[in-house]
Amino acid sequence: MNRLSIIGIIIVAVFVLVALLAPFIATHDVGATDLLLRYAPPSAAHWFGTDSTGRDIFSRVVFGARISLEVGIVVVVVSAFFGTIVGAVAGYYGGWVDRFLSGYIFNVFLAFPGLLLAIALVAFLGAGLNKLIFALCIIGWVGYARLIRAQVLKVREYDFVSAARALGAGDLRILTVHILPNAIQPLIVQASLGMAGAVLSEASLSFLGLGVPPPAPSWGVMIEEARDLSTLQAAPHALIFPGLAIALTVLAFNFIGDGLREYLDPRQRRR
Amino acid sequence: MKRKIFGVLRRLGFLVLVVWTVVSLVTLLIELVPGDPAMAVLGDQATAEQLAQFRAKHGLDRPPFFFGLPSDEQGRRHFRWYGLDNRYSDYWRAIFHGDLGTSFRTERPVFELITERYPATIELAIAAMFIAVCIAIPLGVVAGKNRGTWTDNALSVIALVGISLPSFVIGPMLVYIFAVKLGWLAPSGRFDWSDIILPAFTLGAALSAILTRMVRSSVIEELGEPYVRTARAKGLSERTVVYKHVLKNGLIPVVTVLGLQLGVLLAGAIITEKIFGWPGLGLLLVEDGIAKRDYSVVQGCVLAISTTYIIANTLTDLLYRWLDPRIRVS
Repeated sequence: MNRLSIIGIIIVAVFVLVALLAPFIATHDVGATDLLLRYAPPSAAHWFGTDSTGRDIFSRVVFGARISLEVGIVVVVVSAFFGTIVGAVAGYYGGWVDRFLSGYIFNVFLAFPGLLLAIALVAFLGAGLNKLIFALCIIGWVGYARLIRAQVLKVREYDFVSAARALGAGDLRILTVHILPNAIQPLIVQASLGMAGAVLSEASLSFLGLGVPPPAPSWGVMIEEARDLSTLQAAPHALIFPGLAIALTVLAFNFIGDGLREYLDPRQRRR
Repeated sequence: MKRKIFGVLRRLGFLVLVVWTVVSLVTLLIELVPGDPAMAVLGDQATAEQLAQFRAKHGLDRPPFFFGLPSDEQGRRHFRWYGLDNRYSDYWRAIFHGDLGTSFRTERPVFELITERYPATIELAIAAMFIAVCIAIPLGVVAGKNRGTWTDNALSVIALVGISLPSFVIGPMLVYIFAVKLGWLAPSGRFDWSDIILPAFTLGAALSAILTRMVRSSVIEELGEPYVRTARAKGLSERTVVYKHVLKNGLIPVVTVLGLQLGVLLAGAIITEKIFGWPGLGLLLVEDGIAKRDYSVVQGCVLAISTTYIIANTLTDLLYRWLDPRIRVS
């Protein structure tokens, strides 16, 4: 492991702890407004200052970690699960099944650029945390499916798979016991980068007003509330702290993903 | 030659298939609206008459697809065949006439709204790409040439930070620095030529980071090729070797990424346009479409953005095959 991925792991660990212990770490009620204390700069009482309605930004950033990590974990686990199944089926059975799945279905899902499909889904379904998670899973699974398909295609030609088949093992057993464990390493890399993507997507959709509705302390919502000119002028810290939180989380997962990839693939290791 | 034409035809056939599926999915998206779309648009205060009128006007009273499973009086669902008289075939018929329906709110043709806003988005995407290339090539070359050194590591970290910083953080920060504090540029709008600088930089930041990484690895790979040794042995200066020989070959994969990123930029423009009030497709989608529940506008924008993306990808693929003969053979 390189130094950057260790930094990444430390940052992620801190955020996970903050999310788990949020009620004990937060210094104020996340919803409590105090109109006399609008736009207060960072101080001993309000470490990150207050926003346009006098809410404590530190406490909101702390609780925001919960939303971000919750969405990230659920999206990654669900998309990796379904992606693995579809990818394994496509790669293992090959033939027209593969041509239909990887040739057609994968490409249709990849035909929507970036977040557009998620934006479209939430626009029609209506905003909300569960709908947001659903939409992110819909756009997320294809990446895992493609990856697992490629791995299965490679691994299924190995001798130990033929040996298992010769011994009479069924398709399900060969797939779960012999092939998938060998395809898991790149999946971990993808999951780490996927966490970065999911955290970013949640914040983006919430920023657009399509995610967790305010007053929930989602980092994306906080940035959206902090970016009008009067707030920017009076309280740039209302933008900086949630922005830093998003950037640090995404950066940390990217560090871990990149580090793991280099670690698992010695050809990519730098001198 | 025959195989080449066949390959191109196959790619184009596939393009048609994917576009058909995407359009079909988008036309059916309105079925996802919970409850009644007419109610969602007009609100609870609307009378039954107004609702019925609205539905009739936008075809919402007609079956959505060739068949359906409507429930009868007892609440049981039965299969029913509607034939060609449905909204899905109407949508297709209209598309071939360049008609994307009318806006639920303003009654204006959606096609007109889109063509009005499209140029602004394309302008922004191209400006963002230009900025990204101007930043990425020198940084990538410096990092690649000094591989493994302190400079390289620092540039790699900067690139990762650039990828991790979302546009909705960079954008407002730039507004704070250049509009609020320094007062050099306008915080939003599209009135003056200088208004494009901040949005283009915001949209291009992530791309410049991705490209820097690509140029770096491309330069490293090419520097290991034998022709570099020949060029150096000829006594060419390191500058000429890198900028004339290495960069020329190393830019082929970068061109591909640029093509593929055009679509990503179009989608990313949704957020950038919202930050800067840039009157493009993204702002149309978010402010006129989603915020006002104007579903026909949302459908039109999603269609316009995704078909542009698909076509840009196909063209990039064909261009790449033409640029790099090694791929043509395989």
